Amino acid sequence: MLNIIRTAVREAIVSYAFIERNFNLLKRYLNWEILFFTYSIVNALTIGLIMVGRGDAKDVLYLVIGALVWGFLSIMMREVSDAITWERWEGTIEYTFMAPIHRITHLVGSCLFAIIYGVIRTGIVLAVIPLFFGNHIDLSNANWVAMSVIIAVSSLSFIGIGLMAAIFPLLSPEKGQAATGILQALLLLVSGIYYEIDVLPNWLQPLSKISPATYTLRSIRAAMLDNASVADQLPNLSLLLSIGIVTIPLGFYIFHLGEKYAKRVGRLKRSG
Amino acid sequence: MVTMRTDRLVLKQVQKFFYRKKIQQKPFPQSLFPFLQTEKETIKAVDDISFEVQLGQIYGVLGANGSGKSTLIRLISTLLLPDSGQITIFGYDVVKNSYQVRKMMNRVSVDAAFFKRLSALENLIYTARLYDIPVKTATTKATEILERLGFKADRMDGGMEDLSRGMQQKVAIARAFLTAPILLLLDEPTTGLDPKSKRDVQAFINEIRQEHEAAIILTTHDMAEAETLCDQIAIIDQGKFIARGTAGQLKSQINKPESTLEEVFIELTGKDLQEE
Ligand SMILES: Nc1ncnc2c1ncn2[C@@H]1O[C@H](COP(=O)(O)OP(=O)(O)OP(=O)(O)O)[C@@H](O)[C@H]1O
Ligand SMILES: [Mg+2]
Repeated sequence: MLNIIRTAVREAIVSYAFIERNFNLLKRYLNWEILFFTYSIVNALTIGLIMVGRGDAKDVLYLVIGALVWGFLSIMMREVSDAITWERWEGTIEYTFMAPIHRITHLVGSCLFAIIYGVIRTGIVLAVIPLFFGNHIDLSNANWVAMSVIIAVSSLSFIGIGLMAAIFPLLSPEKGQAATGILQALLLLVSGIYYEIDVLPNWLQPLSKISPATYTLRSIRAAMLDNASVADQLPNLSLLLSIGIVTIPLGFYIFHLGEKYAKRVGRLKRSG
Repeated sequence: MVTMRTDRLVLKQVQKFFYRKKIQQKPFPQSLFPFLQTEKETIKAVDDISFEVQLGQIYGVLGANGSGKSTLIRLISTLLLPDSGQITIFGYDVVKNSYQVRKMMNRVSVDAAFFKRLSALENLIYTARLYDIPVKTATTKATEILERLGFKADRMDGGMEDLSRGMQQKVAIARAFLTAPILLLLDEPTTGLDPKSKRDVQAFINEIRQEHEAAIILTTHDMAEAETLCDQIAIIDQGKFIARGTAGQLKSQINKPESTLEEVFIELTGKDLQEE
C-alpha cells in the first residue's frame, strides 16, 4: 500500500516534466503564441459583433459564449494530440517513450498542461471582451459558479476525446493532424456552438445528441443567460460526468493500444 | 534503482521484419489507383540474432547502411517489439518488464533528437525530470560531462538549433550519461563528427568504461573505432550476424592474419564501407 502511494507521488512529480517543458516551448515560440492569441480574440469579437445592432444583449452573449467555450474545449481536445505531433516532428518521442515513466503519467502531465493553458488563454480573452462590447453584453443574469462547474466537468469528456485523438499523430504525424482537425470540425458543426441544434438537418441530429459539447453549450448558456444554478443543470452535468468517466479510461486504453501497434510496425522512428 | 538479476544482456533468436508496400509501375488505368496495389515486400531487418553482453563489456556491431543496426538497438530499447525471440536485460524481459528495463538503460542515436528551440540545458532538465533526478544534481553532472567532451559550458543556455552537429551529439551523450545507465546503447555515436569531436567522444567512452560499471553496445561503420573501443565485434549484414569475435579473431577468420578489419569486412560481406 505504502509502495503504491510512493509510486503515485513520484509519478505526480514526474508529470511536472511535461508542464514545464510545454511552458518552455511556449516561451520559445512566443511569436506563434501571440498570433494564436490574437486570432482567438478577433474570432470571439467578430462573431459577437455579428449580433450587435441586430439582436439584443442576450443574443450577442449567446454567440460570444459559443466562441469562448468552443475555444476552451478545442484546447482540451487538441493539446495532447498536438504535443504528440510535436514530439514526432522533433524525433524526441523515442526518448520520451524510453524514459522510465508510466504512459499514464506522461498523458496526465500533458492534460494538466492543457487545463492550465486553456484556463489562462480563455481567461485573458474573457477579460478583454468587455472592452469591446461595453453594454452590448449583459452579464447581470450570469451564474459564474455554475458556469465554472460546468466547464470543469465538461473538460473531462474533452480530455478523454483528446486522448483518443492523440493516437492519430502517434501513427502518422501529418495524417494525424488532419484527422484530429476533421474530428474537431465535425464537433463544431453538430454541437450547436453558434446555433440551436434543431436548425440542423434531421439526419445530423443524432450526432448532436452524442456530442458532449452539445450539453456543455446548453448548460453554459442556461447559466450565463438565465442564471441557472448547478442544481438546475444536474441532469446535464451528470450526463457530462458520465461521458468523462467513460472516455478518459477508454482514451488511455486506446492510446496504449496505439502505442503497442506503433512499436510493432515501427512507426515511432523519424530517421537513423 | 532496479536490482539486477543477472550480470548480462541476452538476446535469443531475435527477429524483426518490416513490410513495405511495393511501388509498382502499372499501365495507365490501373496507375490511377495506387491504393489497390497491395503487394508487399518483406524487409528482414533483424533476422535470428543471438548474443550476450556482460557488464563491463563493450560489444561492437559493425555493418553497412541498412544492415539492421538501429533496428537491433530499438528492439533492445523497447521502442520496437520483436516478432519472435527473447531479449532479457540483467534478467528482465524487454517486453514483459519494460518499465524496469527502461530504468536501467539509455541510448544515443545518430540523429540527436531534441526540442530544437529549447536550450541544451532545458532539454537536459526535461530528461532529468523524467528520470527523477534533482535538477541541481543534473545540471552539475551535465556540465561536468559536457566539459569533459570539450563542450563550452556557456553554450548550454543557447537554443539547440544554433549548435553544430558535433555539439548536439555531445549534448545527446550528456543526456544519456546523466541518467547513469547500466546498459548504454550507442547507435553510431560518432558518425558525421569531425576528427577532433570524434576523438573526444571516443576518449570519453573509454574513460567511462573504466570508472562506471556498464554494458555498452556500440554500432558503427568505422573500423578503427570498433577496433579500439570494442571487446567483441559482430559483423551484421542483411539482419544477420555473419561473423563475430575479437578484432584479432575476425582477422584470422579469413586466413589473412595481416589484413585490416576493413579487409575482413569487405571479404565477408562483399561490401565496401567507404562507398556507402
Ligand atoms: N520503422 C521501420 N519501418 C520500415 N522499415 C524499416 C524501419 N526501420 C528500419 N527499416 C528497414 O530495415 C532495414 C534496416 O534498417 P536499420 O535502420 O536498422 O539499418 P542501419 O544498419 O541502422 O542503417 P544505417 O547505417 O543507415 O543507420 C532497412 O532496410 C530499413 O529500411
Ligand atoms: Mg542506423
